[in-house]
Amino acid sequence: MELTLDNIPIFAYTGGKSFDRCLPVVVLIHGAGHDHSVWNYQARKLAHHGYAVLAPDLPGHGRSGGEPLSSIEALASWIETLLDAVGVPQAALAGHSMGSLVALQAATQLQSRVTRLLLIGSVAPMPVAAPLLEAARHDRKTAHLMINQWSYTPASQLGESPIPGMSLTGLNTRLMERQREGVLATDLAACNAYRNGLEAARSIRVPTALICAERDQMTPRKAVTPLREALIDTPSGVHMINIKSAGHAMMAEAPDAVSDAMRSFLERA
Amino acid sequence: MTQPRTAGPETLALHAGQSPDPQFGARAAPIYFTTSYVFPDADQAAALFNQERPGHVYTRISNPTNAMLEERIAALEGGVGAIAVASGQAALHLAITTLMGAGGHIVASRALYGGSHNLLAYTLPRFDIHTTFVDPHDIDAWRAAIRPETRLFFGESLGNPGLDVLDIPAVADIAHEHRVPLLVDATLVTPCLQRPFDLGADLVIHSATKFLGGHGVAVGGLLVDGGRFDWEASGLFPTLTEPYAGFHGMDFAEESPIAAFLLRARREGLRDFGACLSPMNAFQILQGIETLPLRMRAHVANARAVAEHLAQHPLVERVAYPGLPNHADHELATRLLPHGAGSVLSFELKGGRAAGRAFIEALRVFSHLANVGDAKSLVIHPASTTHFRMSAEDLRAAGIGEGTVRLSVGLENDADLIEDLNRGLYAAGRAVQG
Repeated sequence: MELTLDNIPIFAYTGGKSFDRCLPVVVLIHGAGHDHSVWNYQARKLAHHGYAVLAPDLPGHGRSGGEPLSSIEALASWIETLLDAVGVPQAALAGHSMGSLVALQAATQLQSRVTRLLLIGSVAPMPVAAPLLEAARHDRKTAHLMINQWSYTPASQLGESPIPGMSLTGLNTRLMERQREGVLATDLAACNAYRNGLEAARSIRVPTALICAERDQMTPRKAVTPLREALIDTPSGVHMINIKSAGHAMMAEAPDAVSDAMRSFLERA
Repeated sequence: MTQPRTAGPETLALHAGQSPDPQFGARAAPIYFTTSYVFPDADQAAALFNQERPGHVYTRISNPTNAMLEERIAALEGGVGAIAVASGQAALHLAITTLMGAGGHIVASRALYGGSHNLLAYTLPRFDIHTTFVDPHDIDAWRAAIRPETRLFFGESLGNPGLDVLDIPAVADIAHEHRVPLLVDATLVTPCLQRPFDLGADLVIHSATKFLGGHGVAVGGLLVDGGRFDWEASGLFPTLTEPYAGFHGMDFAEESPIAAFLLRARREGLRDFGACLSPMNAFQILQGIETLPLRMRAHVANARAVAEHLAQHPLVERVAYPGLPNHADHELATRLLPHGAGSVLSFELKGGRAAGRAFIEALRVFSHLANVGDAKSLVIHPASTTHFRMSAEDLRAAGIGEGTVRLSVGLENDADLIEDLNRGLYAAGRAVQG
């Protein structure tokens, strides 16, 4: 789907189905240096099972024009603008990594317009290691190597893949290379600077899932505790979902498990 | 903090794409000899067909053993993925038919394997896909051959028969200026001697039958995508950037900007043309790849020794091996093939066809056959075999002399190889004296 927001061309993937705003809407928000394609399997799964999927390329990413936005708050406001533009009164928000912070912050800003929240590979705060911030600014190749090393299990780093014939780390490297100069550095700086995560979490009153990967080194499970505790006032408590044998890039490493977890949470009474 | 790095080729050759079998712990790659795969339930069946989940449906399209091979070569080449097919020719055909249909045009190096030349020069024109052949060294000729309908540049890392070194960075630059990808046949170099994606190529094919297998028991081919070519920005590839009615109306570049080419090649090309690889062959090629880095080092060392020996022999007119300083492409080889210029070489015997025949028939270690890239040393004399119907003039036009001999230098003891060649050269000398 192509649309224009603030005179900037924006692309949103809809999971291989036409976007039907009469269906329950799920917005999938990608992480730093990525685009909509990280959601391929999850988007198709949801779109073919009763949901209207909107997986935008954030400003300056993928096929979307404009400059990358420099704060999580600005990205959250942009999500609100996106929903307005497509005429969606309510939506579930799902985000991965940086996208999870955007979803969390957007949920506090959008209040009752958000029906459910799915935070995937998320911690708050989300400090970014200084060498990675530095590499993203001045040595993208090294930054991409660092991200692959911390985001994928050893098997994936050795070329094994659930997608026949594909190299997950190869795909991720090229996807990050494809983004314009400065995009990754801006995204990582936004994650690092975001301080409002726990306060935002305390204000969440919609059903919320934290989807964590067993072998995540980027946002490790033990670091999730403060966010989980801050989400204490969500209805029935935060729903914890563990994805086995996957790292931070769990949508690629365990596509079925993540898709099933998302669908199952969205369909919970 | 430890500097991040990726595994080296020796490790990837052994491990990429395969960890121990989770059910029984088998360390070696299992051979999944099955045509099809049971669906746990109707929902999962639908999801597989609809690309909602990855997996295997039918072995013509994908197979777990073949996937190990594909993932291994993708890792070794530094690509985003690969497709295993029935032969190197099938890989070339799959690349071309994924990118273009009737009306398409290719600019290709003139220095090509005969089978590739046949496909481009005689067969594809029947389907209205045409090729302009150019001298691979003439960079201006590549540019001059481009037409509005050009959709692909194609060359071999080391060309046939003169072992011309393709200047991949220069040719890739011209291709990219004109928004088309460069496909490189890297069969003679393997990722151990050159990774064409690092030099600017966009797609790579291999005849896995050759050095990748190394044992000469399995025919197979591989098509690898480097993932850097931006199909959408090019605007010349509707097969990848417009909805495809033959597969759920999928717009492959929208689905995955990086993997669009491989998605279409597998979902259409393998599905419909059907040139799939047997999992048995995939297993055998995987066994070969395990020792590829070791073998390529030994191949190169033996080839260098043989080339140097032949170059100083009085019955040898000239040796074509880019590893030797007198080869026209030696400087290019030093730059683009720093780990060695492979182990295929040709040389010109004094004494023409008669000398060539006598030489071949006297050899005991070299096997006389039409192949390259075996662990065993191979030899062929084109003028008395593959090209025996051609006149001396026609041979010259094809870059082949009456006394041209092509060697694929194997892994035997180098002194034994040189002794064998001396035996052949002695016989050739006697034939000339006659």
